[in-house]
Amino acid sequence: MIQSLDDLENIKKERDSQYRKHKKTVRICFGPGCQASGSRKIYELLKAELKSESLQSKVRVVTTGCHGLCERGPLVILNDDEIFYQSIGKRKAKAEEEIRLIINTIKTGEIADKLLMDSHEKGKKYTSVKEIPFYSFQKKIILNIVGKIDPEYIDEYIAHDGYKALFKALTTMKSDEILGWVQKSGLRGRGGGGFATGAKWKSCKEAHGSPKYILANGDEGDPGAFMDRVLMEGNPHAILEGMIIGGYTIGSNQGYIYVRDEYPLAVKRLSTAIEQARKQGLLGTNIFNTGFDFDIAIVRGGGAFVCGESTALMSSLEGKSGEPRAKYIHTVERGLWDKPSNLNNVETWACIPVIINNGWEWFASIGNEKNKGTKVFSLVGKVKNTGLVEVPIGATLRQIIYDIGGGIQDDREFKAVQTGGPSGGCIPKEYLETPIDFDTLRELGSMMGSGGMIVMDDRNCMVDVARYFLKFLVEESCGKCVPCREGTRRMLEIVERICDGEGKEEDIAHLEELGRAVNIGSLCGLGQSAANPVLSTLKYFMDEYEAHIKDKKCPAGVCKPLIHYTILENCTGCTLCARECPSNCITGEKKKLHTINQDKCIKCGMCYEVCKFGAVKVV
Amino acid sequence: MIEFMIDGKKVRAQEGEFILPVALREGFDIPTLCHHETLGSDGRCRLCVVEVARGTRKRIVTSCLYQVAEGIEVSTNTPDVMLVRKSVIELLYARCPEAEVLQHLARKFGVEDVRYAKDHDKGKCILCNICIRTCAEIVGVSALGFSGKGMAKKVTTPFDEPSDACIACGACVVACPTGHIFMKDDKGVRTIWRKKFPLAQCPVCSRYHAPVEQLKYISKITNVPLETLMVCQDCK
Amino acid sequence: MDIDRKKLDTIIRKNGGESSRILAIYQDIQKEYRHLPQEAVRYVCGKLDIPVVKGYEVATFYKSLSLKPKGKHSVCVCLGTACHLKGGPSILEAFERELKIKKDGTTEDGVFTLESVNCLGACALAPLVRVDGNDFGKSSPVTIKKIINEFKHGA
Repeated sequence: MIQSLDDLENIKKERDSQYRKHKKTVRICFGPGCQASGSRKIYELLKAELKSESLQSKVRVVTTGCHGLCERGPLVILNDDEIFYQSIGKRKAKAEEEIRLIINTIKTGEIADKLLMDSHEKGKKYTSVKEIPFYSFQKKIILNIVGKIDPEYIDEYIAHDGYKALFKALTTMKSDEILGWVQKSGLRGRGGGGFATGAKWKSCKEAHGSPKYILANGDEGDPGAFMDRVLMEGNPHAILEGMIIGGYTIGSNQGYIYVRDEYPLAVKRLSTAIEQARKQGLLGTNIFNTGFDFDIAIVRGGGAFVCGESTALMSSLEGKSGEPRAKYIHTVERGLWDKPSNLNNVETWACIPVIINNGWEWFASIGNEKNKGTKVFSLVGKVKNTGLVEVPIGATLRQIIYDIGGGIQDDREFKAVQTGGPSGGCIPKEYLETPIDFDTLRELGSMMGSGGMIVMDDRNCMVDVARYFLKFLVEESCGKCVPCREGTRRMLEIVERICDGEGKEEDIAHLEELGRAVNIGSLCGLGQSAANPVLSTLKYFMDEYEAHIKDKKCPAGVCKPLIHYTILENCTGCTLCARECPSNCITGEKKKLHTINQDKCIKCGMCYEVCKFGAVKVV
Repeated sequence: MIEFMIDGKKVRAQEGEFILPVALREGFDIPTLCHHETLGSDGRCRLCVVEVARGTRKRIVTSCLYQVAEGIEVSTNTPDVMLVRKSVIELLYARCPEAEVLQHLARKFGVEDVRYAKDHDKGKCILCNICIRTCAEIVGVSALGFSGKGMAKKVTTPFDEPSDACIACGACVVACPTGHIFMKDDKGVRTIWRKKFPLAQCPVCSRYHAPVEQLKYISKITNVPLETLMVCQDCK
Repeated sequence: MDIDRKKLDTIIRKNGGESSRILAIYQDIQKEYRHLPQEAVRYVCGKLDIPVVKGYEVATFYKSLSLKPKGKHSVCVCLGTACHLKGGPSILEAFERELKIKKDGTTEDGVFTLESVNCLGACALAPLVRVDGNDFGKSSPVTIKKIINEFKHGA
């Protein structure tokens, strides 16, 4: 049981001495990206090889949360970010060979060049993590130990100053003082709204009613966003610690974490963390001997995006369907079971221990005047270095997409970056120098949202992007209010007609009018931002809409009815496309130019995918 | 007493009242669909929207759920308010073109030329929730509910099958603002929600009156014997 | 179909026996039966003392719940934004062609159910396919054939 600062220190000392027994440390990233790239297999092979070399007691193998550079996974990192081996098992060589190279490095220190990442300078490689621009441009205060620790052991969290903030808060600070720190830190909600966290806490603290509830939103539904997943899987204790401090400040003894159903590993890690915290007395009764009780339960979502909205989340927690309600009376006054409830995103909760440990001034020194601290973004899409990044608020889009992201894949042209998920908008290249914060993004017609940042190039059609988000919202709308339920599907009908080459001149004005009606007339945040993807693409990419409507053309080559595939002169007649074609519409003799029968072609794109000679073109 | 303005007129209300009933009794014409005089509303149709100016903030809210406050300025027909109202009516009319209530509203607000392909599979149901709440909160049997979400949302009985809970009282039929719910009495049998219910036959005059299920339910909750209830109102 | 009432009682008890936990109860039942049988919904509502119509509303609101039996293996194609931009829809179409079923359908032999999901959270490795909880990143219409074979003959 942990009852004092000494107890925490002792665990840290114990862990440190355990670590010193091992001469070397190997970290294998088990983040979502690396898992999908096969990191588990690499882990098994490595363990087996270490055993056969009788090295298992000398080498510490740690499976960590997301290290960040998902594009290059599976990642194997040696000795505290000193040697960065990437794409293990993804090359032509067998994975076993690469494992042997890694073992060799462990034994002899000899670095295997072929496993390193190419640097910007021709012929040179990056060896350590800090040399890599993707990492060096970031500032990690929330994710700082995510690629380091094994999240399934509370001792690892404690060995990195875990629960010190809780001790400080509970034993040396009064609740008003903590509230003051959160307010002065300038922390704004990391879930999307960007509402001042201190102001929210204050309202809940002063609200009448009991019991009060502390809620964590882990329902990360924005497609393209996985920041919360990484945090819940990679450092769950940070969230728990923040919530307990929040409970103490606001006057609550019960917390709930609502985790989306599509994240079973996050549910598992959080459950393990809660069990371990309970065992150590950090959750439950009389925490740190202060008489303060707090406990946390996990609730799984049911696959409904709308349950990320605060009132829908609470409705779901109450055992009902996820229909939101009007927020004329705020949830901090009447929320879960009509009691005062403070809901924050999991990333916001993870900021709390950081603020308590380092001081509100330190947190407020990062960022700019009205937007403090750092923000975690998922950088995905057509960017070279896809992954998870953390930067000070106020970093520019260019810094994130080019300095960290390495620019556009295949060196193609940047077209737009989508932020804020289905509530956000697309930002064109004219605004790459914009420092990102909650307010600048709003001004551009988008929003920060939860942190999804999706990069698009010249081969993405912006009308198709609008259609994609509308389709998403139509599927996810709860159906309670007329503007959202009926309005989004009618907007989708119009945009689909445009994508099919049946757009009309009046469609643009109609979309703008209906979009505005949906945004101002809908009941909840989902509907109130449903038109944003359409409105922002209309604002910045009107030329693409006009091409679809007036010329019946899709400049990006995406909208099927407006494009066709054709085989170019450099076709070698290898017949691969003809064999793979599901509608048997490609004819041609061996070693002779092949042709596509446009009448039978279903535009599935298989020929384009399989051609090794780049002889298939989209027109 | 709370004092505030509606369209420039000073009005008074009790604390805790919603704007809508105040506006209606002051003579303002605010249309509603999902609002029920006893059950209130949960803000589904958005037809009753108004613009509220409070301090420096202006926003569009549904007057059925926004509580009155000292000094607010309510506007019932700004361009944005009219935009939402007309859009809602046009959208609902496209969904339920057969509903007379919507035809009337469309005429009144000038949106008869619907710009959308009309549905023909939704009947006259606008998903206002009144039938469901009537059945649950006024009658007390909870035979009706929503299923699905988004465009798949509909009002139905569990598993779309004849309900064990329904007592065929017809309260939902009466409460429905568009007349969507089907009920037919024929030769001593009432058909409603895919189920046939025998009607009670008065032992005195032989007239068919209320469904037997309904009488059984009333008997259960009032302890009046069923035989007594079998006698129709005229013969009592 | 026959439901095991004892099993259901255990599930209800394990989840605190409260009506607020109905979603969790449904999810545990679905794990047992590979779907949510009608009888189970009715039984649970009776035990939790809530109107069947309310339990039915919850059962039909959440995408993760299925009132129809699912196949042995669940093939889930991610259609999140990053996956959409990198060809997710083509992958779904490829699966539909190979398995000869439409999205949300189950193959005749009951082996595969094909579904889509609006983001699994592995966006950097788009386009993603999840089969029985295993994630396959950077998939393509070509690699899906391998995936189908792996599960048809494997588990």
